[in-house]
Amino acid sequence: MDINLTLIGQSISMLLFVWFCMKFIWPPLMQAIEQRQAQIADGLAAGEKGQQKLDKANVESKEILDEARKQATGILGQANARANEIVSDGKQDGQQERERQLSLAKNDIEQESNRARDELRDQVAQIAVATAEKILKREIDAKAHEDILNKLAKEL
Amino acid sequence: MATENGHGPLTSGDYIQHHLQNLQICKVDSGEWIWNQCAGNPMAINVDSMFWSILLGFVFIIMFGAAAKKASPEKPSKFQAFIEIIVDFIDSSVKDTYHGKSSLIAPLALTIFMWVFLMNLMDLVPIDWLPETSKYLGIEYMKVVPTTDVNITFGMSIAVFFLILFYSIRTKGIGGFIAELTLHPIAPPLKGPGIIAAPFIIAFNFILESVSLLAKPLSLSLRLFGNMFAGELIFILIALLGVWQLPLHFGWAVFHILIVTLQAFIFMMLTVVYLTLASEEH
Repeated sequence: MDINLTLIGQSISMLLFVWFCMKFIWPPLMQAIEQRQAQIADGLAAGEKGQQKLDKANVESKEILDEARKQATGILGQANARANEIVSDGKQDGQQERERQLSLAKNDIEQESNRARDELRDQVAQIAVATAEKILKREIDAKAHEDILNKLAKEL
Repeated sequence: MATENGHGPLTSGDYIQHHLQNLQICKVDSGEWIWNQCAGNPMAINVDSMFWSILLGFVFIIMFGAAAKKASPEKPSKFQAFIEIIVDFIDSSVKDTYHGKSSLIAPLALTIFMWVFLMNLMDLVPIDWLPETSKYLGIEYMKVVPTTDVNITFGMSIAVFFLILFYSIRTKGIGGFIAELTLHPIAPPLKGPGIIAAPFIIAFNFILESVSLLAKPLSLSLRLFGNMFAGELIFILIALLGVWQLPLHFGWAVFHILIVTLQAFIFMMLTVVYLTLASEEH
């Protein structure tokens, strides 16, 4: 337990170790720690900023969505009204067209039937005359009965 | 307990003596260096203390150097995180006490803490392992806990003492340092008839302040030495108890973990406090 040279040896080695620590160990470790602290602080700040931006964007998107919904509702209403209009217009047109076609067809039918009736009448008269001629050829003088025949023809 | 080199059974006293003996080499009057016959010789070196102390210093340097080399702010490894916890702990302890700007004090504190901690930690290696191993290798004495050697603790506290002187003179100048030693705590009268008493007061102050200055390294080293030496001695005594040593050894070892850490921390903290006091203006 005597004091001896070990004391000086220990002092010297201590100074050397302290010097080495001061030169090569402490600065890089401290630098790494401080850099990381700065990075973490930056990261947290950025995160908070991002959160704020997100909140703002959420509010904005909600507004935009509401606006769009409102517009869509308006457009839908207009479109419905327009569609109703078109349908009713179409109905009216169709009605008119139908009536027009109907009256045309009626006219056609009437004309045709008139024509057919006239023709029929002529033919019946001729047939009647022919039949009467054949019956009367033997019994009646055509001249004598001409007035009756004409009268008949007219009545038919 | 083993028998020693066939010299018959070992007594408890021999066992304790053997465990407290350093492996020494010294220069004798004839100029030769001889082993283990160095009692009272100031030119002796405790080879085992120096060996373990420097080895553990290198353990510290390599451990922290490896972390420092790979230190990166992104993605620290678990090892780096562990090292950084220690560094950060030391850094905050130092910053709490020392408010000046110094690139020395924090690394000094880290070195002292880790080194003393590692040296103290050797106390937890079972007491006979390393001495018996070295005896097998032909080395007779092997004291493995450097901090149980008063030379080691004194060596460190003397280095701290010179740092205290350096910091005192750096902040106050040589005049200021001398004034601090002589003009406190009783201010000597500088005029009037009382000036006759001034030399006595200055002498009184000087003695008082010198004692308090010298007490700093002395108490620093003796506190560490005393704690570790006592702890080591209790381990040795427990080892003499036969089978009962097992639970006792365990209990004392657990308690010793506290002492090991605490003494390292106290040595570091007091060093920082002394250097803070030395670099403060009055």
